[in-house]
Amino acid sequence: MRRAPGWAEPTAFRSTLVALISTVVFFGFIGWVAVNSPGWSAIQESFLNGRVFAESFPAIARSFAVNVQLFLIAEVLILALGLAIAVLRSLPGPVFFPVRLLMTAYVDVFRALPGVLVIYILGFGIPGLALPGVPIEPFFYAVVALTLIYSAYVSEVYRAGIDSIHPSQEAAARSLGLSRFQSLRHVIVPQAIRRVIPPLLNDFIGLQKDTVLVSYIGVVEIFRQSYIKQAGNFNFTPYLATALVFLAVTIPLARLTDWLIARDKRRQAEGGLA
Amino acid sequence: MSVGGRVDGGGSTPALSIRDLHKSFGKLQVLRGIDLDVAEHEVIALIGASGSGKSTLLRCINLLEPIDAGRILIQGDEITARGVKVDRIRRRVGIVFQSFNLFPHMRVIDNVTLGPRKALRRSRDTCEADATALLDRFGLADKARDFPDRLSGGQQQRVAIVRALAMQPDLLLLDEVTSALDPELVAEVLDVIRELASGGMTMLLATHEMGFARDIATRVCFLDDGRILEQGPPAQMFAAPREGRTRQFLNRIIEAGRL
Repeated sequence: MRRAPGWAEPTAFRSTLVALISTVVFFGFIGWVAVNSPGWSAIQESFLNGRVFAESFPAIARSFAVNVQLFLIAEVLILALGLAIAVLRSLPGPVFFPVRLLMTAYVDVFRALPGVLVIYILGFGIPGLALPGVPIEPFFYAVVALTLIYSAYVSEVYRAGIDSIHPSQEAAARSLGLSRFQSLRHVIVPQAIRRVIPPLLNDFIGLQKDTVLVSYIGVVEIFRQSYIKQAGNFNFTPYLATALVFLAVTIPLARLTDWLIARDKRRQAEGGLA
Repeated sequence: MSVGGRVDGGGSTPALSIRDLHKSFGKLQVLRGIDLDVAEHEVIALIGASGSGKSTLLRCINLLEPIDAGRILIQGDEITARGVKVDRIRRRVGIVFQSFNLFPHMRVIDNVTLGPRKALRRSRDTCEADATALLDRFGLADKARDFPDRLSGGQQQRVAIVRALAMQPDLLLLDEVTSALDPELVAEVLDVIRELASGGMTMLLATHEMGFARDIATRVCFLDDGRILEQGPPAQMFAAPREGRTRQFLNRIIEAGRL
C-alpha cells in the first residue's frame, strides 16, 4: 500500500494547531489571574522591568556562549563515553565480569548522586588537592562533571537500544565468522543508534539546561551572569531574560525530538525496520 | 547408541561427524545423543516434528549454541575441542535462518560482503566483484543496491543464501528456510537450493517440505525426541519407514496434504 506524499501532514498540522490554541488559552488564563492579582504592580516592577531587561540582556546573551561551549564539548564526550560504557556492559562471559561490575557501579553512582553534588565535589575537591599539573579552571571541572553525570544516563539509553536489537541479528553476524566486537561494531550498534536518537535528544535537552549548575563552582555562564545582574539592580528581571534564552533554544530541540519520534513510529508502522 | 547409524563417506574424511551430541536448555533436554556422519556432497534432510531438535542441531553445528556433551568434527577437525577459535569455524560453516536475518541497515551488496570483508579481511573491491557474480547467478543482480525491506520474502531469503555462500563454506546449514515464506515464494528458494545441490554443496537442511526432501536429499534423517530415530535414502524413508514413529509422523504429513 502506497501513501500519498505528505499523508501524515494534516494530522501533524492539526495537532500542532490544537496544542497552540490550548496553550494560548491556558497561559491566557494564568496571565489574566496574575494581572488581576493584588500584588501585580510590585511583581511587574521587580520581574518585568523593561529598563533592567534592556540593560542586562546583552551581557546575559553573551554569557550563554559559555553554556553553548560547555554543552557542545560535553556532548561529544558524553556520546563517546556513554557508548563505550554501554558496549563494555554488554560484553558476555565470566571473563568480563569485573568490567561489567565496574561499569554498573559507575552508572549506579552517577545516576544516584544529585548532579550539583558531583559538580561541587569535583570542582572544589580536585583542585583543592593542589596536585601539580592538575587544572584549576572551573570550566574544566564543569565539562568533566557534566560528562560523568550524563554519560551514565546516556549509556543506559544506548544499552536499551542494543538490547532492543533481536538476538537473531547477532546470530547472523556471528554465523558469518564476525567476532563479538565486529558484530557490535557493524551490525548491532548501527541499528541501536538509529533507534535511540530520539531518547538521546531528550537527554541533550536535559544537558542544555543542566549547564547552569556549573555556576556553583564559579563558571560565569548565563545563570551566574543573571545573578550578577540581579544583585546589581536589586531586580529579578535578568532571570526572566535567562528563561527566555532557554526557551528559545530548547523548544526547537524538543520539537525536533518529537518529530523524530513520530517519524520513527511511522516507519515502524510501515514495517521498514523490523 | 544403536539408532545413530553411520554412513561411510567412501573412505575419505567425512565433511561432518557428530558423536553423541547432547544439548539441554535448562531442564529441557533437546538433543539426547546425536550421531551423524555426512560425506562431502551429501544433502541431508532433517525431518521431524516441531521441537524434535532439528534447529538446535543445526545451531550446534555452527556453534551458535554451546553443546553440553559430545563432539563435532568438520573434515576431521574437532570444533568442539577446548581453545578452538569459534570465529574460524563459523567461516567454514554457513547457515541460513528461517527468518532470513538480513541486516536491515545495509544494502544487499553490503549484507553479502560483510563477512568476507570483516571476517576474512578481503578488500572491498574483491568482495563486491565476487558478491555481484553470486547475486547475478541467483537472479538478484538488480537488487544489489536495495535495502532488504524493499525485497520480497523469497528475494530476501535468496540474498541470505548468497550471503552465506559468499564465505565459500565447506558446509551449508539450512534451517527451515521456506517456513516463513508465502506459498508462492517457496519455489524460487527451493530452486536455489536444488542448484546448490547439483553443484555438489554439502548441505544439512531442516525442512517441512517433504516433497522437496524426497527430491533433493541423498539421505533423510528422522529426528524424534532429540535422537535420530531412523535414517536412510529418501525412497526407502518415505515409502517404507521401519519405525512406527516415523510412519506416524509421515502419515500426519500426508493427511495435512504436504507430501
